[in-house]
Amino acid sequence: MPNSQTRLADAPAAAQKVHAALTRSSTSPADLRELEAGLDSLQSDAVRRARIDWSRILLPVAALAVLILAWQVYVWLGIKRRDLVPGPLDVIGQLGTLAGEGRLQEAVWTSLQRGVAGFLISVVIATPVGLLLAQVAPLRRAFGPLISGLQVLPSVAWVPAAIIWFGLSDATVYFVVLMGAIPSIINGLISGIDQIPPQYRRVGAVLGASRLQLALQIVLPAALPGYLSGLKQGWAFSWRSLMAAEIITVGGSMGFGLGSMLNQGRDLADMTIVLAAILLILGVGILVELLVFAPVEKRLLRRRGLLAGSTR
Amino acid sequence: MPVVLENLGKRFGDGAPVLDGVNASIGRGEFVALLGASGCGKSTLLNIIAGLEAPTSGALEVPSDGAAFMFQDAALFPWLTARENVELALKLRGVGKAERRTQAEALLDLVHLGGAGEKRPHELSGGMRQRVALARSLAQDRQLLLMDEPFAALDAITRDLLHDELERIWKETGRTIVFVTHNVREAVRLGQRVLLLSSRPGRVVEEWHVTEDHRTDAGLAGHLTGIITARLREEIRRHAK
Repeated sequence: MPNSQTRLADAPAAAQKVHAALTRSSTSPADLRELEAGLDSLQSDAVRRARIDWSRILLPVAALAVLILAWQVYVWLGIKRRDLVPGPLDVIGQLGTLAGEGRLQEAVWTSLQRGVAGFLISVVIATPVGLLLAQVAPLRRAFGPLISGLQVLPSVAWVPAAIIWFGLSDATVYFVVLMGAIPSIINGLISGIDQIPPQYRRVGAVLGASRLQLALQIVLPAALPGYLSGLKQGWAFSWRSLMAAEIITVGGSMGFGLGSMLNQGRDLADMTIVLAAILLILGVGILVELLVFAPVEKRLLRRRGLLAGSTR
Repeated sequence: MPVVLENLGKRFGDGAPVLDGVNASIGRGEFVALLGASGCGKSTLLNIIAGLEAPTSGALEVPSDGAAFMFQDAALFPWLTARENVELALKLRGVGKAERRTQAEALLDLVHLGGAGEKRPHELSGGMRQRVALARSLAQDRQLLLMDEPFAALDAITRDLLHDELERIWKETGRTIVFVTHNVREAVRLGQRVLLLSSRPGRVVEEWHVTEDHRTDAGLAGHLTGIITARLREEIRRHAK
């Protein structure tokens, strides 16, 4: 006779366990707890610790170096006159001069202040409007096309009107920035809300959420990834609109921003100033993305388990 | 009687009725399995009991404070940890901030997830997520708990364990449970009563009582499963043509 059968007969406890697994009489609570703990640990992934990935730093730096080298080689070939196409070293020299005079700091500070302030005002205005449009169908149908249209309309188109209304003042700049950023943040929030799985609203309804609670506790956090990309785009629109406004609007009580610097370079026909200003505008954009949006976005996606397999 | 359904009917638009003349009553503390083939309106019926949809005819009596609901997918909010998901249900019920945390932890402990409260849904296995969802529906503190195929997407080992788990929690909390499933074994395993719903239109065509004897005798339980399966297949065959 097989050994196991005799042992089963000898052990009533073991037999009872088998019996419990086959019929409705439950497994004992202690037994259940142990089984579930075992299954939980089998089915959960071990936590992987993230290490510093040097390729994230080295690859962009290498790409930058290659581009600057290509630029320098082009200058060495001497195809264009040096005052039309200055080399990297000329531009770096000009940046040094501007920094020495304090104009670089002034321009970056003025523009950054305006851009950030304009962006923050846009966020404060666009968020409730976007939430309202996404949650109230008649409002969405009435104003949705207009908001989409405003996003397509280049905000530079508002500059002449703004100058006539507000003169050469900061109000002009802010008006243009708001007209650029607000529609794009609203649209980002709306499309974020459109992509929420319908199940979340059902759960909210079952849990007894009021309309306002549903909007603030469930819809807004659920739409956060879409909202964040709307904010990113909103910042890009703020920054672009700001530069356009600063280039066109010169004089009056306008301070000296990066756009003004760019415009000054054109007036002086000094390509090194023009290129220095362009690089500064680009640099600020990259830094804001790297230092503000990228970490927030990464954290958001990782917490929701959306980062696995991405190329970030 | 927490739930009484009288001649309940539901049709969407001008289409054929999904439910027609559904009659049933479910007693307090009872565990009822609602069985039917796919597309028989089981979920619609559950939604009506939950108040998520309105019936087009007939009358129903449900507890005035509504029902807790558990879906087939856990539907946990990915931006919250397991504990915060349970806490949200408490918050929307109006439980004070100080008390939420202790209650949520107690509920997670009840579903044997005491140590996983700080994990996010994507870090949990399917079975664990479903247990968090169970804890969340218990946090609603409704006498009536509606479950819409909550274990259908789980693997067999996990499902078996969750059956034991649910039975234990049902006994500990004294809830009235309506459990929708298309799995005959599951219905017999869990329900005190099994209601068979016909398809197109959905209607309660037969019911079986699952006794204490079925609980202890695997042979008897198997026999009942066979009978119910035969009746269910007969119901499905009607639609062959």
